[in-house]
Amino acid sequence: MNIYVLLKRTFDTEEKITIAGGKISEDGAEFIINPYDEYAVEEAIQVRDAHGGEVTVISVGSEESEKQLRTALAMGADKAVLVNIEDDVEASDQYTTAKIIAQYLKDQEVDLIIAGNVAIDGGSGQVGPRVAELLEIPYVTTITKLEIQGTKATVVRDVEGDSEVIETSLPLLVTAQQGLNEPRYPSLPGIMKAKKKPLEQLELDDLDLEEDDVEAKTKTIEIYLPPKKEAGKVLAGDLNDQVKELVTLLHTEAKVV
Amino acid sequence: MTNQTDKLIKGGSFLIEDVSYDRVFTPEDYTDEQKMIAKMTEDFVTNEVLPQVEHIENHEFERSVKLLKEAGELGLLGADVPEEYGGLALDKISSALIAEKMSRAGGFSISHGAHVGIGSLPIVLFGNEEQKQKYLPTLATGEKLAAYALTEPGSGSDALGARTTAVLNAEGTHYVLNGEKQWITNAGFADVFVVYAKIDGEHFSAFIVEREFSGVSVGPEEKKMGIKSSSTRTLILEDAQVPVENLLGEYGKGHIIAFNILNIGRYKLGVGAVGGSKAAFEITTKYTNQRQQFKTKLSQFNLTKEKLATMASRIYAAESSVYRTVGLFEERMSKLSDEEVKNGKAVAASIAEYAIECSLNKFFATEVLDYVADEGVQLHGGYGFMSEYEIERVYRDSRINRIFEGTNEINRLLVPGTYLRKAFKGELPLFQKAQALQEELMMLMPEEPGDAPLAQEKYLVKNAKKIGLLAAGLAAQKFGKALEREQEILVNIADIVSNAYAMESVVLRTEKAIAKDGEEKSKQKLLYTQIFCQEAFNEIEQHAKETLVATETGDALRMMISALRKFIRHTPINVIAKKREASEKLIEAEKFVL
Repeated sequence: MNIYVLLKRTFDTEEKITIAGGKISEDGAEFIINPYDEYAVEEAIQVRDAHGGEVTVISVGSEESEKQLRTALAMGADKAVLVNIEDDVEASDQYTTAKIIAQYLKDQEVDLIIAGNVAIDGGSGQVGPRVAELLEIPYVTTITKLEIQGTKATVVRDVEGDSEVIETSLPLLVTAQQGLNEPRYPSLPGIMKAKKKPLEQLELDDLDLEEDDVEAKTKTIEIYLPPKKEAGKVLAGDLNDQVKELVTLLHTEAKVV
Repeated sequence: MTNQTDKLIKGGSFLIEDVSYDRVFTPEDYTDEQKMIAKMTEDFVTNEVLPQVEHIENHEFERSVKLLKEAGELGLLGADVPEEYGGLALDKISSALIAEKMSRAGGFSISHGAHVGIGSLPIVLFGNEEQKQKYLPTLATGEKLAAYALTEPGSGSDALGARTTAVLNAEGTHYVLNGEKQWITNAGFADVFVVYAKIDGEHFSAFIVEREFSGVSVGPEEKKMGIKSSSTRTLILEDAQVPVENLLGEYGKGHIIAFNILNIGRYKLGVGAVGGSKAAFEITTKYTNQRQQFKTKLSQFNLTKEKLATMASRIYAAESSVYRTVGLFEERMSKLSDEEVKNGKAVAASIAEYAIECSLNKFFATEVLDYVADEGVQLHGGYGFMSEYEIERVYRDSRINRIFEGTNEINRLLVPGTYLRKAFKGELPLFQKAQALQEELMMLMPEEPGDAPLAQEKYLVKNAKKIGLLAAGLAAQKFGKALEREQEILVNIADIVSNAYAMESVVLRTEKAIAKDGEEKSKQKLLYTQIFCQEAFNEIEQHAKETLVATETGDALRMMISALRKFIRHTPINVIAKKREASEKLIEAEKFVL
């Protein structure tokens, strides 16, 4: 079975976000595999181990993403593909990423694609479904269980805390929700082996794409941090007056009643 | 020049020779694999070990055993074991990074360290082919766990004074061991012990003793001040039957194994102390950002900033020194041929080469850890005294580090002692250099180091080394053989040498970083270097004065003091301002950052 995992390099969940010059500052920040994509890698490895085949991880980004791809290889993926758009694309969005991935995958034999449910940075949750749409294959998002028999797939989907069981067929794209599995650590032997596993680097040219083909469909107007939490107010005095003041404040200042 | 760079750096030579930054290993040189190994270890500790700490602290050691086996599955027990025996044969840097990241786990890291280090390494380095095949594969996976049994009730620092005896039985099949080994880490669950005993009460030798052997038992769990997450018991040998083939290394040559394993244990302890310091620092910095008094976060008080910056600059010094030493080991060990690796002698010689550096790292880094843990509690105020706060455990766990693997006093005494031995053997031209220095003194003119980054610090390093050489040379000249009894002076000299090594390590690391990334990106490193070098140099001045006054009198003393004054002359930097500046990034990041 040919299994593909869509993987994004994101900020470490521990990092503090700071903005410098209208952009999120990456200075000295630690980066990780997007945690939802880690579930995807783990699931892919488990499916491969049960059904045979090969796991390929794909990332669209800069050379820096190689580290995260190597980590996925160290966990047990077989091959990695990095589409480096650093020099070709100025502004990218979900459309860009999906278009590039679909362009690559349409020439491959694909049985199963697993992506994260969302990336913890952009948080759009769009790339997976868009890729499925472009490849004209079915997709199921936010899955917590995946069973495959032949070309039939039984998927449990998380629906706001409830579960929905869906039967569908391969080729298929699913996106991983928390609870799907417990991602393994890249073991030391895995890390040593990862060095020698194939990691293919591509650019837009290699995929017969022009910059215009992948031009972002959205534009970022402004990036700003959420407002700082103000210190609380303690009301004092007669209880009746306090209640009155509270209602007034809720009405005029907080504008919630 | 090219000839020079091909040569391996001699142990202890830093005191009399300068080295360029491209010859030293720095944490900025980690490969991607090494970083991945570090991160994996860190994740394992954070997600698997830390949630169980409370249970393990209560001596639920079945959890430690389970965690060690899980660590084994990830390869975290096989870093130093050759591939042919089921290990990974990783480089020394990777192995050190595992130790550093493990240390956050407190007492559990001691269990891990005892197993992979002092427990397994004697077999890795000194076992014969049969012994390696029999024991290493199961030790590398964690199927079997190891311990090291050297200390006895009557012999701690005086390790060779062991009383445990081994006598060959009449059939010549077994050594019969009798005695008690005290404070043995992992004794509660270890399957294999490396035990030292004197054959016929005379010939100090090492043995591989299995828990299952007849006559082997353990005492009750000790009640300790700290590292409660590690099992510590007495190993009791009552007519213990050890097959003759389990004699480890050569008959009567147990001290070679013991001392070399101690050397490795020492630098590994330094590495662990760096990890522990970083963890304690992170806990503390976070707290100072949360806790408010007088409607102000603790981190906003200048005195807090002073403490944080001092801690961080010392952590930087410890990290730079320790990994510089690990780099020396890696360089030397990686040049050994396969045959030399198989034969323990070459390995032992490589380790012994850096005995001075091992001792320096051990006492310097463990004292940085103790300082950081202590200030960590202080910044927590009364809460730091409460067991619900992690810093309380860190403080208790820290204390043992200054005691085991050779007390810090013993390690200090070893530094001048080893230097003198190397000088007498002609391995280092110490006496010649000291002589040349004496002559230089007469015409010494103070220098002006200039304003370039690191110019002042390089100047201080150069003079720190000279002061060390001056003090050591003078003491050796004055006391001769009797110097051995002048322990206060020996310790002063060790402290000067230690500060000189740490100062040079930070300067070279920062210089290397500036060469690679530029000054702007190396700003924090530069601040740590400036702060550390100034404060270390102040200490050197103290120690040197004390030494001179205790060594010379009258005119000779006055001459020496005036010579010292020339070496000491410099314009001090504004440490207070530098610390305020350095603290900003630390408070922002809430951890040790560069």
